[in-house]
Amino acid sequence: MSTATHAGFSLLANLPALQVVVPMVAAPICTFLRFRNGPWAFALLVSAAVFWIAVTLLQQVLTHGVISYEMGGWAPPIGIEYRIDEINAFVLLIVSGISLVALPYALRSVEREVPQDKHHLFYAAWLLCLCGMLGITITGDAFNIFVFLEISSLSTYMLIASGRDPRALTAAFQYLVLGTLGATFILIGVGLLYIMTGTLNIIDLADRLGPVSDTTSVRAAAAFLIVGIALKFALFPAHFWLPNGYAYSPSAVAVFLSATATKVSVYVLLRFEFTVFGGIEAFDDLHFARLLLPFAIAAFLVGSIAAIFQTDLKRLLAWSSIAQIGYMALGIGLGTPDGLTAGIVHMFNHALTKGALFMAAGAMFLSIGSTRITNLAGVGKTMPFTTLAFVLAGFSLIGVPTTSGFISKWYLVLAALQHGNAGYFLAGLVLFSSILAVIYIWRIVEVAYFREPAGGAVVKEAPLSMLLPLWALTLGCYFFGLETHYSVDIARQAAESLLGIAR
Amino acid sequence: MIEHLVPRILAKLLIPFILLFGLYVQFHGDFGPGGGFQAGVIFAAGIILYALIYGLDQARGVITPGFVSILVALGLLIYAGVGVATLLLGGEFLNYGVLDSHDPVHGQHLGILIIEFGVGTTVAAVMITIFYQFAGRLQITRELESDDPDDTPDTPVPDAQSSDAQASDAQASDAQERR
Repeated sequence: MSTATHAGFSLLANLPALQVVVPMVAAPICTFLRFRNGPWAFALLVSAAVFWIAVTLLQQVLTHGVISYEMGGWAPPIGIEYRIDEINAFVLLIVSGISLVALPYALRSVEREVPQDKHHLFYAAWLLCLCGMLGITITGDAFNIFVFLEISSLSTYMLIASGRDPRALTAAFQYLVLGTLGATFILIGVGLLYIMTGTLNIIDLADRLGPVSDTTSVRAAAAFLIVGIALKFALFPAHFWLPNGYAYSPSAVAVFLSATATKVSVYVLLRFEFTVFGGIEAFDDLHFARLLLPFAIAAFLVGSIAAIFQTDLKRLLAWSSIAQIGYMALGIGLGTPDGLTAGIVHMFNHALTKGALFMAAGAMFLSIGSTRITNLAGVGKTMPFTTLAFVLAGFSLIGVPTTSGFISKWYLVLAALQHGNAGYFLAGLVLFSSILAVIYIWRIVEVAYFREPAGGAVVKEAPLSMLLPLWALTLGCYFFGLETHYSVDIARQAAESLLGIAR
Repeated sequence: MIEHLVPRILAKLLIPFILLFGLYVQFHGDFGPGGGFQAGVIFAAGIILYALIYGLDQARGVITPGFVSILVALGLLIYAGVGVATLLLGGEFLNYGVLDSHDPVHGQHLGILIIEFGVGTTVAAVMITIFYQFAGRLQITRELESDDPDDTPDTPVPDAQSSDAQASDAQASDAQERR
């Protein structure tokens, strides 16, 4: 049954829609699955399908160039366009890949940390969150970004609050207030751009902004957008929601969110800053991107220093995330192809590293029942595989050569050094912050290996279903530290296409 | 139960018309003002009025929370299902034109009617769920309070202090929330 204009169903042509639609349809179905482990198995299956779609899309983009998909058959700029180029194909891959790795890990963690009668809702929220983040990434429509941002945010609040820890409720509420503020700012920004140009399509926006760019409205729109997005990706000083959100949510949620949510927001920043505002001459002497630099530097210094003084492992990792976001913002703020490459490749490398570290912390939480650093004494002897993976991933966080963390910092320092004397200063700050990372990782190593376990309860090694994803991510840190062909090359192409549109 | 006789009779008269008006706004939405969101809220308002007048337990007996939670998911599935159907018929996601093989305009009418029905279902179900949750919470709080021996409602309270008593009630329920 097909009309003349539509020649039957084509899977490949509809992949951009399916990327978002598959988890969206799966989420309500998930709420019907009430039997044990059913929602989990279903979510895993859906995640695998979504990952396959992301891989296929990335391959298509790399071989055939930009993919454009007209939602509902309405041609852009009137209709909603799904537009996939190198950068968002790469982010789609990160998000769906992390969801696929985190779900096997989630089984035991969620069993322990989320009441059994809420499992179907938990995994439905997980799928909605995945759907929202993929939607933000794939869409080429500014208002659609806001809609998907709300989908992912609302499900994130639910995921954070779903744990048994009552502090998770306040953490989720705190994030709800700040997240809503951020989303409102983004909506105001998009609204102002729409008033000035009459379009919501991002490519069309970039074209039409030129004549009206030197107006207060457009400058206000830019300011609202940047502040709103910075709230969402927890750039210092808008980072207050993040430590509690990650520390008190169920371990699997911390893994999933720390590796994906902030990356997606960084992508939105890249999209607005370079694709929409990149071509505007009025913004050239404003050095738009450079406005980020002081905040980026403050973020990685404050984040690293605060991490040193934490008494809880998950909070320590959360503060370290704030520092790592600073590195990404630094790369973006430099605004050069090398800086952008460093920022984008760090999105990927940090997803691997922080995913692995939060997995190790969650495994320790499962066996010990706490992640207070004093309670982790001797964990290196009682949980040798988990702790070893933690240390190896910790090396990647520090940026030891052969790890993926080294690759990001190498490109970051290279990009900084192109800026003369200020560049030497920036590179020095990055190295100093890395030394701070050595201190906070060493604190854990010291407690884990050089203190005797407190007697009493026998601590068992984490189950295999947690160890395998943990080691997959840890080895990934080393694989992408030695073989940079995939990560760095794609990041460079993405950076060049972002700046290419700007030219 | 003889109390509140007038509201009870009035609600009995009004509720069928509220529900009917909800359905009118729903299905007349593509010719006049209306659509799934408005219709869903109006429909839910009918149910909520019923719960306000006849009590939460009665309303939960008529429309059970389990059934409502199924409706929440079902509405979204109806919406997305139309999209998947258009995909399978060879169009883009939510390209209603392909729903009718002869006339795309008919297909568009059909498509918008079905997805708005999905929207209406989810909105009504979500509104009712939110009401059940909040009202149910008050019920739990009250039950806990009446179990408390110090706070028996039978003791006569002098009029001058009634506002204080209310304030302390509010504090008690606050404390309950925190627990």
